[in-house]
Amino acid sequence: MNTHQHAQPAPVGGPLFTTATFICGVLIAVMVAVLVTRFIFGLGAVTNLNDGYPWGIWVVVDVVIGSAFACGGFSVAMLVYIFNKGQYHPLVRPALLASLFGYTLAGVGVMFDLGRYWNFWHIFWPTYANPNSVMFEVALCISAYIIVMWIEFSPVFLEKFGLRDAKKKLNKVLFFVIALGTLLPMMHQSSLGTLLVVMGTQVNPLWQTPVVPLLYLLSAITIGYGIVLFESCVAASAYRRQIEMHLLQPMARVMLGVLAVFLVVRIGDLVLRGAFGHAFAPTLEAFVFWLEMLLFAAPLLLIGNAAARRNPARMFVAGVAIMLGGIFLRLNGFLIGYDTGPGWTYFPSIAELLVTIGIFAIEVLGYIIITRRFPVLPRAEAAH
Amino acid sequence: MASRRDFLRGCLAGGAVAATVVPTPAVARDTLQRPPEALGLLYDATLCVGCQACVAACKQANDNPAEFNALDKLWDTPLDTSGDTFNIIKMYRHGTMTTKDTEENGFAFMKTSCMHCADPSCVSACPVTAMFKDPVTGVVGYDPDACIGCRYCVAACPFGIPKYQYDSPTGQIGKCELCRERYADGHYSACAEVCPTGATLFGRTSDLLVEAKRRLNLQPGKWTMMPRGRLPAPDETAEQAALWKAPRDQHYEAQVGNYVRHVYGETEYGGTQVLKLSAVPFVKVGMPDLPPRSSAATSETIQHSLYGGLLMPLAVLGALTFVARRNVVADDDGERNDQGGQ
Repeated sequence: MNTHQHAQPAPVGGPLFTTATFICGVLIAVMVAVLVTRFIFGLGAVTNLNDGYPWGIWVVVDVVIGSAFACGGFSVAMLVYIFNKGQYHPLVRPALLASLFGYTLAGVGVMFDLGRYWNFWHIFWPTYANPNSVMFEVALCISAYIIVMWIEFSPVFLEKFGLRDAKKKLNKVLFFVIALGTLLPMMHQSSLGTLLVVMGTQVNPLWQTPVVPLLYLLSAITIGYGIVLFESCVAASAYRRQIEMHLLQPMARVMLGVLAVFLVVRIGDLVLRGAFGHAFAPTLEAFVFWLEMLLFAAPLLLIGNAAARRNPARMFVAGVAIMLGGIFLRLNGFLIGYDTGPGWTYFPSIAELLVTIGIFAIEVLGYIIITRRFPVLPRAEAAH
Repeated sequence: MASRRDFLRGCLAGGAVAATVVPTPAVARDTLQRPPEALGLLYDATLCVGCQACVAACKQANDNPAEFNALDKLWDTPLDTSGDTFNIIKMYRHGTMTTKDTEENGFAFMKTSCMHCADPSCVSACPVTAMFKDPVTGVVGYDPDACIGCRYCVAACPFGIPKYQYDSPTGQIGKCELCRERYADGHYSACAEVCPTGATLFGRTSDLLVEAKRRLNLQPGKWTMMPRGRLPAPDETAEQAALWKAPRDQHYEAQVGNYVRHVYGETEYGGTQVLKLSAVPFVKVGMPDLPPRSSAATSETIQHSLYGGLLMPLAVLGALTFVARRNVVADDDGERNDQGGQ
C-alpha cells in the first residue's frame, strides 16, 4: 500500500514457545475444563447466574465490554478511510487484529452462555427472527461484522502466502468492505446500549435513558482509541520497539474530542431528564457513577495539553482510564445499577471468571502468534 | 483546499454517525392495548385464604416437578416462581400479624404469576419469537423449540416472571401460559378452576375489569355475591357456557374487602390481562409501580427510528461507501494519502 513514508508491515519473528504463550495455554486448558462441566451439567453448575441476574460476566464482560474493547479497528479505520487521515495507516493492522479477536471471541463466548445454543441459527432464520428485538439486531450486526472484519484483515494472509491476484481483486472492492466495517459497529455498539431500554425501571435512572445508544457508540469510539494507546505501549515494550508517539499524539487529540462530546451528552442527558439527583444519593450506584465519571474525565486532565501528550506514561494511563470508564459504564448499566427487587444478588463464580480469563488468554495468544508470523506490525528498527 | 474538502467530508461522515443513533419520533411506536377478547385472571387478595391449592393445581397442569425447601423433603415447597414453578402465593407480614389485609401489624397474600401484559417486554425482547402473544386471546406463550436460551426475557420482565432452568444442560424458560393448552379440553386456568374462594377468577379481561370496579364501588365489609372459577361474559349463550367442563354458576356470599382504590393492571405498561385487587398497597406486596407507557414501546421506537425499513443504515452505508471509495483509491495510488489530509 503506502511505500513512501510508512514502514511496511512485517512479521516480528521470534519464538512461539515462551513463558507468555505457555501461561496462555494453561489458562485456555482450564477454561475448556470449566466449559465441559457447563455443557454437561448446565449453567447453574459453574455460574452464579440466577433469575434476578440472568446475565452475568459472560454476557456483560465477554460480549458487551469485550466487543467495545474490540473497537480499535473500527475507530482507527474510520480515522484513516472516512476522515482520510492516512498518516495513521500503520496503526490499522494491529488495531484490526485485536478487533478481529475481540469480536470473534465475543461471538464464541455467546455460545457458552446460550441456554439452548443448538437453536442459535434461529436468529438468522426469517420465520423465527423478531426484528422488534434489540437482541436480534445486535446478533445480526455482530455476526456480519465478524465476517467483514476477516475480509478486511485477509490481505495479511494473502500477503503472507503470496496470493497477489487475490489481493488485487480484494483491493478493488475493499472500499465497500471498509464502509460496511464502519457502519456495522456503529449499529451494534449503539444497540448494545439499547438492550437496556426494554428492562425499564429495573435499570437505575443514571443509566436508563433513551439516548443510551448514542452514549454507547461515542464511548465505544473513544475506547477504540484508548485501546490503541494501550496496545501500542504494550506491544512496544513487549517487542522492545519504539512507541509510535508521532501517531499516537494526534490520535489522542481526536480521542479527547470524542470524549468531550460524550461527556456533554452524558451530563446533559442526566440534567435534562432530571436524573442527576440519583448521583447524590448515599448508594452504591451513586458511588460507581462517580467512579465512572472520574475515569472518563481523567484523560482530559492527564493528557489535556500538548506537552503532557509527549509523555508515553501519561498516554498509557489515559488509555487505561478510558478503558476502565468503558468497563464501568457497561457494568453499571447491566449489573450494578440493575435491580430486580429484594433477595437477588450476583457476583461471578471462580469458574465464570476462569472462562472470561481463558477467552482473554486466547486473544493474547492469537495476537502473539499472528504478529510474530504474519505482516501486521510496521517493520521497525529495533529499539535496543 | 484539501483541508476544506476534508472538513466537508468529515461533516458528512459525522452527520452519518449522528443519524444512526439519534431516534426521530416519526416512527414512534405506541404502547399496545389488550385485544378485545383478551383472556385473563382477576386476583382479589382479600378473598385469598393462602391455601395454595392453585400452586398445586398449576404444578399438575404443567407437569412440573416438586421443589423442596423444607428439611423433610415431603412436600412441594417452592419459595418463589422458578423454571419449575409458574404460580405461587406469597405472604406479606408486618409486626404482630394480627389482622388479615392490614398494612400495619397485619398480613396479606399476593399471587405471583405471569400478568400477560398488553405490551409484553419479553415478547419485544425475544430475538427468535419464542415468546409470543396470541392475537386473539392475548395470552403470552412460550415455544421451547424456538428458544435459544439467551434469557433476555428474564432480564426484561418487570415482574420477574420468565425463569430459566439453570440446573439443566438443556434448560428451558418456564412461565404461566394461562393454561392455553387446556382450553380445547374444556378446562380453563387450573389456578382459577380449583380456587375455593374465587380469589382467582378466570374470564375475559374486559369482564374482569368491570367486576373489579364493581367491588371497588361497594361498601367495604358489606356482603355481596362473589363468583368463583370463571366469570361468564354478560351475553354468554348456553352453547358457549357448555364448552367449559366446570359448572357455570358457583356464586357464594362474601364480604367486600377494604381495597386500595386501584385495579392493578388496568393501566400499568398499557395494561395487563391479569388484574389484581389488594387491601395493602401494591408496592408492599411486590407489585412494581409502572408507568402507562411500556418499555417495549420505548425500545421499539428507538429501534424502528434507527432501522425501520433499513433506510437509515442504507443511507449511511451509501455515504460511507462514497467517502471510503475516494480515500481508499487514493490510498492505493499512494499519493494523496501521504499528505495526510491535514
